Amino acid sequence: MLEKALSGDKRYWSWVAVLLSVIGIGTFYYLRQYNEGLTITGLSRDVTWGFYIAQFTFLVGVAASAVMVVLPYYLHNYKAFGKITILGEFLAIGAVTMCMTFIFVDMGQPYRITNVFLHPSPSSLMFWDTISVFGYLILNIIISQVTLGAERKSIAPPKWIKPIIILSIPWAVSIHTVTAFLYSGLAARPFWMTAILAPRFLASAFAGGPALLILFCFILRKFTKFDAGKEPIQKIALIVTYAMAINLFFIGMELFTAIYSNIPEHISHFEFLFLGLEGNTTLVPWMWTSMILGVLSLILLINPGTRKNEAVLGFSCVILIASIWIDKGMGLIIAGFTPTPLGTVVEYVPTFPEIMITLGVYALGLLIITGLYKIALSVRKQVTT
Amino acid sequence: MSVHRRKFLKLAGITALGLAGGAPAKILAEDSITPDSLKEVTEATATPKAPLVARRWAMVIDLTKCREAGDCNDCQKACHLTHNVPDFGNPKDEIKWIWKESFHHAFHEQEHEFLDEKTKHGPAVVLCNHCDNPPCVRVCPTGATWKRENDGIVMMDWHRCIGCRYCVLACPYGSRSFNWRNPREFIKDLQPEFPTRTRGVVEKCTFCDERLARGQMPACVEACKAKAITFGDLEDPNSEVRTLLHEHFTIRRKPGLGTQPEVYYIV
Amino acid sequence: MHNGGKIILGLVIFLILITFPVWYNIANDKAGYVPELEKAARGDDCVRDSNYMTSNHMDLLNEWRDQVVRENDRYEIGPDGVQFERSLSNTCLSCHENKDKFCDKCHDYMGVQPYCWDCHIVPKEIQQ
Repeated sequence: MLEKALSGDKRYWSWVAVLLSVIGIGTFYYLRQYNEGLTITGLSRDVTWGFYIAQFTFLVGVAASAVMVVLPYYLHNYKAFGKITILGEFLAIGAVTMCMTFIFVDMGQPYRITNVFLHPSPSSLMFWDTISVFGYLILNIIISQVTLGAERKSIAPPKWIKPIIILSIPWAVSIHTVTAFLYSGLAARPFWMTAILAPRFLASAFAGGPALLILFCFILRKFTKFDAGKEPIQKIALIVTYAMAINLFFIGMELFTAIYSNIPEHISHFEFLFLGLEGNTTLVPWMWTSMILGVLSLILLINPGTRKNEAVLGFSCVILIASIWIDKGMGLIIAGFTPTPLGTVVEYVPTFPEIMITLGVYALGLLIITGLYKIALSVRKQVTT
Repeated sequence: MSVHRRKFLKLAGITALGLAGGAPAKILAEDSITPDSLKEVTEATATPKAPLVARRWAMVIDLTKCREAGDCNDCQKACHLTHNVPDFGNPKDEIKWIWKESFHHAFHEQEHEFLDEKTKHGPAVVLCNHCDNPPCVRVCPTGATWKRENDGIVMMDWHRCIGCRYCVLACPYGSRSFNWRNPREFIKDLQPEFPTRTRGVVEKCTFCDERLARGQMPACVEACKAKAITFGDLEDPNSEVRTLLHEHFTIRRKPGLGTQPEVYYIV
Repeated sequence: MHNGGKIILGLVIFLILITFPVWYNIANDKAGYVPELEKAARGDDCVRDSNYMTSNHMDLLNEWRDQVVRENDRYEIGPDGVQFERSLSNTCLSCHENKDKFCDKCHDYMGVQPYCWDCHIVPKEIQQ
């Protein structure tokens, strides 16, 4: 089936060429990082995780969000999602691959990464995160391969795949829960030590991921003959709306607890995010942008008139993703380090090589998604003609 | 691949017991080792100094004495020299095992507006607390950092560390440093007995485990002219650290987190 | 066979290329070359016999590493009955003083690049 990704028109190949060149640039800078060390990033003794891990966190959410199309289709037999379920699964594969690559590029000793399996440490959440993310990738590869293969032959998928699909649903929830536990179990970092972190992660994931899927459907409609259809897109838009409402509600709860309790070590992180701390205002404009875009997207989504207008819906999805990307990526990670456990404020800004490596990883993910979507669409075309 | 492993372990174990003042004869009888190897063992024990052992190592730092010593930085100099700790000359890449922090930062939850000037602006020597309940150990995905069961030292294995820096996040005391770049060329005075690190691994104070094994006190304890740092066995009621804890009011950093630091401060 | 001639020709070229180092050494009269390593400063009394060390020193060093770092088990009795420290820098290199003519010579020959020296120090290096 993979050979279907190798035939396409000129536009397809130019797009692939663009992605490959971005990957090439990313690889160039990664080799520099590999030889010189992570010193070429903006990370420091006090801000030890940054841009890479921020992308990882955001993308785990995108990966988990596939469950929002898988669940209605397979569990509730919601037929309208029949056409796009495979797109959700392929998006998950691309996103998980990016997650793993971001972890890899963040390692100080990448060639020792097998130590995680050679010396398994069940007390470490990172061990469980590795297992859950890796397992989720395997699950999605199996499911998409089997269901698409059956579709290609115009037969029903084998019965044994059903339990695996059912398993993938709680598994999707688990990958993001474990990722939240990675942060929320650390006594040293009060900003993350909140029981609502996992629910918050899930809410933002179920808003951002499906929003991305809507955008992909629009792109496919514009550039290919594939049309997801009005109904499923509107249904996903509704899911995005609910999830975003819950996400913003959770953020409000976080703010209330920190501000009203007035405990310095809790409130100082929010001060850093929204007002700046000790003269450091790096994230302030970003966070306000995130909040404004988030609220605006929700207003546009809640209002049926604007939601049903596909142009406005597309716009809402873009600003919603931007809002979540800022808040859940940089905002969440950097604020966890600022102020430090010793109460100091240390500035972190990603460097140019760091951004290039990040873009390279995104291009890799997009390349995988592009290839997989090409396969899915070719199979569909073959079946219908 | 285990190279005559059992035999070595046996011999080495007996050696250690012999050094610790145990009864080698009795153990030899139990393990049925020939008198020849007994001769070997007794000869061998004479070579290095007996290692210092404890059931739980702990440190008491007298900040009043430290304060009087003024600008002295001998503890850090000795430690960083002994352990080939590089000096990059910038805070971004900085690596430190022990350092003088302001009281305000080391104990910022203890601070208040009218705190006496001496304490407020005085130093606080900080290092790895070798917690009884170390969060860094809990989060390590490879077992590259662990608490030694017999004496409580939180150790580092620089061969195994993958450089994920999760332990740095988990440490509430900022005691862990990462090698952002290759350290070798930033070490002025290389000490051949101790390895350097490579880029991409985390490092920190190990209570001088390698010196204890040779029967020496930690480098910082030896270097402190003000005798502000006392090191000993917390489980031994007659040890110097226990005496100090008995006679003075002492505090620990962030006691509310339940990590049970083993570095105590007299303020 | 379709294109049989071309395939066979390709295979032959491939074989010549991958066996090139062998032909090169034969041409340069270096066939059967074995590097000669510098003798230890203190004679033959190594911690294990030399055949064992030649083929298994890396396993021994790995085992020492875990014993020293993870088990705090730092000493053992040598064949001469004297206790020594399990240490690459402090024990091995105290006899095999010249890393270039001992470690590197054979590692280069074998085409292996162990990264021991990224961290462990060759005592001689410091004097330079």
